[in-house]
Amino acid sequence: MFAKTLKGALCSLWGVFLLLGAGNSYADYAVNLVKGVTDISHKVYDLHMLIFWICVVACVLVFAVLIYSIFTHRKSKGAVPATFHESTTVEIIWTTIPFLVLVAMAVPATTTLLALEDTRDSDMSIQITGYQWKWKYDYLDEGISFFSVLTTPRDQIEGDAPKNDTYLMDVDNPVVVPINKKIRFLITSNDVIHSWWVPDLGWKQDAVPGFINDAWTELKEPGTYRGKCAELCGKDHGFMPIVLVAKTQEDYDAWVEEQKGAAAAAADASTQTLTMDELMAKGEAAYNTSCAACHQANGAGIPGVFPAIAGSAISTGDVAGHIDIVVNGKAGTAMQAFGEQLSAVDLAAIITYERNSFGNNVGDMVQPADVVAAK
Amino acid sequence: MSTATTHDDHHDHGAPSGLMRWVKTTNHKDIGTLYLWFAFIMLMVGGAMAMVIRAELFQPGMQVVDPQFFNTMTTMHGLIMVFGAIMPGMVGLANWQIPMMIGAPDMALPRMNNWSFWILPFAGTMLMSTLFMEGGGPAFGWTFYAPLSTTFAPASTDFFIFAVHMLGFSSIMGAINIIATVLNMRAPGMTLMKMPLFVWTWFITAFLLIAVMPVLAGVVTMMLTDRNFGTSFFDAAGGGDPVLFQHVFWFFGHPEVYIMILPAFGVISEIIPTFARKKLFGYSSMVYATASIAFLSFIVYAHHMFTTGMPVAGELYFMYATIMIAVPTAVKVFNWTATMWKGSMTFETPMLWAIAFVFLFTIGGFTGLMMGIAPVDMQYHDTYFIVAHFHYVLVTGALFAIIAAFYYWAPKWTGHMVDERLGKIHFWWSVISVNVLFFPQHFIGLAGMPRRIPDYSLQFADWNMISSVGGFAFGLAQVFFLFIIIKTIRGGEAATTGVWEGSHGLEWTLPSPVPYHTFETAPEVK
Repeated sequence: MFAKTLKGALCSLWGVFLLLGAGNSYADYAVNLVKGVTDISHKVYDLHMLIFWICVVACVLVFAVLIYSIFTHRKSKGAVPATFHESTTVEIIWTTIPFLVLVAMAVPATTTLLALEDTRDSDMSIQITGYQWKWKYDYLDEGISFFSVLTTPRDQIEGDAPKNDTYLMDVDNPVVVPINKKIRFLITSNDVIHSWWVPDLGWKQDAVPGFINDAWTELKEPGTYRGKCAELCGKDHGFMPIVLVAKTQEDYDAWVEEQKGAAAAAADASTQTLTMDELMAKGEAAYNTSCAACHQANGAGIPGVFPAIAGSAISTGDVAGHIDIVVNGKAGTAMQAFGEQLSAVDLAAIITYERNSFGNNVGDMVQPADVVAAK
Repeated sequence: MSTATTHDDHHDHGAPSGLMRWVKTTNHKDIGTLYLWFAFIMLMVGGAMAMVIRAELFQPGMQVVDPQFFNTMTTMHGLIMVFGAIMPGMVGLANWQIPMMIGAPDMALPRMNNWSFWILPFAGTMLMSTLFMEGGGPAFGWTFYAPLSTTFAPASTDFFIFAVHMLGFSSIMGAINIIATVLNMRAPGMTLMKMPLFVWTWFITAFLLIAVMPVLAGVVTMMLTDRNFGTSFFDAAGGGDPVLFQHVFWFFGHPEVYIMILPAFGVISEIIPTFARKKLFGYSSMVYATASIAFLSFIVYAHHMFTTGMPVAGELYFMYATIMIAVPTAVKVFNWTATMWKGSMTFETPMLWAIAFVFLFTIGGFTGLMMGIAPVDMQYHDTYFIVAHFHYVLVTGALFAIIAAFYYWAPKWTGHMVDERLGKIHFWWSVISVNVLFFPQHFIGLAGMPRRIPDYSLQFADWNMISSVGGFAFGLAQVFFLFIIIKTIRGGEAATTGVWEGSHGLEWTLPSPVPYHTFETAPEVK
């Protein structure tokens, strides 16, 4: 029966693991909760450790009695069964003690929860919108708005290329915030429920379509903090990471200016006229980023779930109908309104690419101006 | 009843033979056997899906299946294990044991009993047929949150909804039968407070089933009308609320987890006294603790929803109510410990499984307490920490109890002792591999790995590989269990009437194997 001791010791073994793994929670074989980088995440971590140790102590006490009993009170050692089978006093004691321990645990839990949920007096607000399978960030005070999409290449996922250190944790446009500011996040969704979670901040918050949840953080140190969508949101739930970059106020201000400049440049670009080759090249890249998750890189879609582009009535039919569905989406389906997500140049390129790839051979071109007209 | 006429007197006959015996049977033992085999087959099917999941998660990257099919596997694995394996497994035990433990000749409503069972294979087949439909099977998790399960779900979802309706009918009828049996069919002298604890826990569970299965039926009906008839219960664009789905679902879902574990508590409370050769400590407090847990299960459900944006007052209430469940649960563990204390224990296979249950369920209970603390649950929620928690309570809890029950009662059912050596191999093989499988999942969850993802970043790779190895070993152990079951049915050392030295209760007064009809004359309970 020695192995039962092993089993009994599992709980305390965890404690040993924790000591070994302390302080390097992102290393391999990490065993404990991420400590995080904010005051709230530290409070959450401390609370976690408090409850953990209470559980370990309770576990060790109960298991010690059980193990002692298993080794001592056995027939093979000549034990004679006692006849007691109830005791009101004992019952009252072991009902009261857990109750008091729970009350003691509820006190720090309450104060931490109240602090966690207190979004008042924030310095700035960022709206986060979940989409299948990307995040959109709107800086309500600055007028900046962009999407953030996974950039880990397909060949790393498929195993055709070695995986880099930040495998599945890289995005094209990270959400950038200043340090030492209380930032309020307004979190919602465009389609299904997602959940915005950066473990280093100490919380996650669901993104519910049609409703806005709020949460807050205040970062102390510049750095890059990574997270993931935590609520099952469909096929590519595992492929919509979050990258949060905290910058000093000066760096943040510079970033804001840069973003505003980029937005203006994109607006200018929408008046240009591109050649077929330019459209096809841009279109392939943009299609693979924004469309291939559902319609597949070969345009075949997934039968019964996502329609094919190859040979479809829309992508081989009237160009106006094609522009309309890409720009405005199709209500009640997973087809989003990409008009608000992508630049006119990318949209024109994608539509051109779809009409002239995967065996489609319509031969026409769509220019950014056509897309702007349809918006 | 035996009269000297030429009319067939069924009481003098054994079981009818042929396939139609099983189709038409109203015998509680036959129906119990059908339920248990159905549960075992579903355990194998759901287990095969778990093997697909663990194979895909063996390494980072996509190797075995595509993400959509991976989601289908996690969804179907959960649904099949909950509704196909654990619940029918417990109902199978109830069918076999409750009449024999209360001195009744059969269940109160035998024809309905037949119907309750025979709905199941059809519901299960319909559910699994979705895998072969265009667009694939349900891929929105066993909790099927709207709007992923409504607006954004494949067409096969309507078949899933109908299957859930049928499973609900089956469960409600089974529950009505158990309540009617327990209230009306007890032997003279068996007062409620003299009933074996397994009967008590099932009696309370049956009320939970009747209370919440209609709620499940309600929520899937709302889905059905949202999907097909233009309603907007869960669609904000039409004035509905996706979070309403979660409220209704978890009002069913939380009692549901107690539906799966309370009969397990009953099984363990039968086995430990037998092998400790000592009466169960605190019988009446066990009954009250079970009833308290059942009551609390209705008023704590939103602890599954701490991150949905509930008002802070709601979060506080659900946190306080949730951690209170630790009190009656602790009482149960203490009572089992006190039953073993100063007993005269032997460690036959059923006792080993029961002891493993006490240890490992306690670990699952403690992690449950940890995630009841709302601010910390903001980190734990939807991670592998949760996956580890509910597998500790459902696999090493509910499933271990069903396996323990098989080892405990199979000699009575089959007339053959289970091969102790093979049983112990099965036990140690399972108990080691199940910990290799699920214990590391605590670590990867705390380190930040969300649940229900088909691919993960590199820092989670090592523990996932270890977990997968444990998973394959645990899966194989249950194939070995099939071998033990068949071997026991076919032969083995003859079981005595009492079977175990310390056995107590009415079922152990019947011969082994137990005759087709028992307690035609009710026994007297002193």
